[in-house]
Amino acid sequence: MQERIALTGNEAMALAMKQINPDVVAAYPITPQTEIVQIFSDYVANGRVKTEFITVESEHSAMSATVGAASSGVRAMTATSSQGLALMWEVVYIAASNRLPIVMPVVNRALSGPINIHGDHSDTMGARDSGWIQIYSENTQEAYDNLIQAVRIAEHPDVLLPVMVMMDGFIISHAMENLFILSDQDVQKFVGEFKPHRPSLLDVDNPVTVGPLALYDYYMEFKRQQAEAMRGAKPVILEVAKEYAELTGRKYGLFDAYKLDDADLAIVVLSSTAGTARYVVDELREKGIKAGLLKLRVFRPFPYEELAQVLADRKAIAVMDRADSYSAFGGPLFTEVRSAMYDAKKRPPIVNYIYGLGGRDVNLDHIRKVYNDLVEIARTGEVTQLVNYLGVRE
Amino acid sequence: MANLKQLSELEGFFTPGHRMCAGCVAPVVVRQVAMAAGDTPVVVANATGCLEVASTIFPYTAWRCSWIHNAFENTAATLSGVETAYRALKKQGKINKDIKFIAFGGDGGTYDIGLQSLSGAMERGHNMVYICYDNGAYMNTGIQRSSATPQFADTTTSPAGKVIPGKVQWRKDLTAIMAAHNIPYVAQVAPSHFNDLIAKVQKALAVDGPAFINALAPCPRGWRYDTREGVEMTRLAVETCYWPLYEVENGEWRLTYKPREKKPLVEWLKKQGRFRHLFTEENKPLLEEFQQRVDREWEKLLKRCGEA
Ligand SMILES: Cc1ncc(C[n+]2csc(CCOP(=O)(O)OP(=O)(O)O)c2C)c(N)n1
Ligand code: SF4
Ligand SMILES: [Mg+2]
Repeated sequence: MQERIALTGNEAMALAMKQINPDVVAAYPITPQTEIVQIFSDYVANGRVKTEFITVESEHSAMSATVGAASSGVRAMTATSSQGLALMWEVVYIAASNRLPIVMPVVNRALSGPINIHGDHSDTMGARDSGWIQIYSENTQEAYDNLIQAVRIAEHPDVLLPVMVMMDGFIISHAMENLFILSDQDVQKFVGEFKPHRPSLLDVDNPVTVGPLALYDYYMEFKRQQAEAMRGAKPVILEVAKEYAELTGRKYGLFDAYKLDDADLAIVVLSSTAGTARYVVDELREKGIKAGLLKLRVFRPFPYEELAQVLADRKAIAVMDRADSYSAFGGPLFTEVRSAMYDAKKRPPIVNYIYGLGGRDVNLDHIRKVYNDLVEIARTGEVTQLVNYLGVRE
Repeated sequence: MANLKQLSELEGFFTPGHRMCAGCVAPVVVRQVAMAAGDTPVVVANATGCLEVASTIFPYTAWRCSWIHNAFENTAATLSGVETAYRALKKQGKINKDIKFIAFGGDGGTYDIGLQSLSGAMERGHNMVYICYDNGAYMNTGIQRSSATPQFADTTTSPAGKVIPGKVQWRKDLTAIMAAHNIPYVAQVAPSHFNDLIAKVQKALAVDGPAFINALAPCPRGWRYDTREGVEMTRLAVETCYWPLYEVENGEWRLTYKPREKKPLVEWLKKQGRFRHLFTEENKPLLEEFQQRVDREWEKLLKRCGEA
């Protein structure tokens, strides 16, 4: 049974956390994630979850305590944004290396400096090589659905990797939307009883050493196995999505292709901007322009083969990045999509747009401009400016 | 109380199969803590540092108990998570054993980079015993000064030079800072006084809530003493009142050992290469200054303990 209600993104994430009902949560407030922590504290204070909540003194300790709990045979979660994720950094990598199935909502917010509280992807893009599975959500519904699926993905014995589930700060976290929610029982049934696949520290009769020193003689094998786990995550993500669709009717893949099959022009984008882009696609289609859209859901593992397959027949592609990588070669999504296309049977021209930094608004006109540029690129087959900044004072 | 022979026959959760230097006192501290714990099941968390790197070189471990290393500065937070998971499972009836939680951190991982994490864990009241093995510098990275390093000590980042005679600052009084957290139990120990150490660890393990123990753990490389004299170095630190033995139990300060006759500080200093530069004619005033400060700190402590 599903119910349709109106919630903000943060309320939806907090609700999903309540329904997952983890054994331990350790978290620290930061805009725009704060509400998740507050709402969850309320659940704890009113006995609506079984969770032991650790009100840590920092995000570094939030991730550290979560690692401690997840190494002790329980389901453990945390949540953060921006500077919080940056402060966790060191331990974020350790969580992945220790193969701990931690699930963490991240409400995307620009990284300082300058300090800024609004949404962009610089925080989680910085963590793209941390060994976490990364799933981006377009709206409140997806944030809710992705968080519930993340538990199953993380805890799958073929995976055992932490998962971060993203939604755009303010644009989604603070906006009220209608969504379908599951009953507590259905979520409980879907995520299942926690089965520890790692030896637990609390199994004192079978002591275990967690986090030893591994030098050049063993370090690389640890890392190789981690890489293999990330490869193994792809089929699991699809399997879990299938099961979730059976329960809810809502289908998820590695990405969502919109009117892409016969499209000449394609935009590749993450998260909430996909909604704006979809509107422009419809507009252009009415004018007879073959526009399409690819909204990437799973950024880690990066679905390079699948992307190459659906993008190869386009005449021009624009990759939109809500973060710069300062590589002087475009944003992170751009370089990865472009690299994926190297093996495609055809290699359409690809152009990069960096947009929306620090929450800068991206409106219909911006997207129209991108498709307009693509018309020209498709016509000439040439990209005059590889990396472009959208809606900025130059 | 046990005698040395009985103690040395106890197995404990820490084996001799580690690779710390000869004459290092940190493993002696850990062994004594293990003796105090006896058969109680424990989970140990260990901060990055000499003890950690030298005891769990994959695929080996010197620990017979469950053990976790996370990073340098987050041991208390990490153990918070473990202890909370334990409470969660206990509440759910999924575990019924009584387990104790012990953290080991060096002075760098405790006084400096890990102070916030430690303070947070103590304030939240987790049921754990945090033990700092204080060797007075970042030994693992090559003897850099920490806020626990004694004043005037020659370290690689506070070298005794022509202009600056070693570390400039007095050491941070971490034990008092922990007492100010109003936790049920705080103590300072030295392995030379093993019965005192063991009794305090047992008290710390028995309290309901957080406990902190500061243990002096000399390092022959950093202090430059004869490797045979490691434990003797702690005895002298106690006898000179540089490292007094006391406890703070529910806010009550109590001296647990009072030297019959306070030894001059130089007896401790002269055995250590890190203070060699103090024994020149021109640095004589520094030695006097050092002694006076130790005297003042000792008087302060006596007052706090109601002994003066
Ligand atoms: C965040 C971070 N900074 C620096 C280091 C490097 N480092 C490793 S151990 C150590 C010093 C440890 O000193 P202490 O805690 O006193 O333990 P000891 O080695 O003296 O036993 C340092 C600086 C690190 N591992 N992590
Ligand atoms: S360097 Fe010092 S503290 Fe480290 S193992 Fe050697 S003696 Fe012990
Ligand atoms: Mg040290």
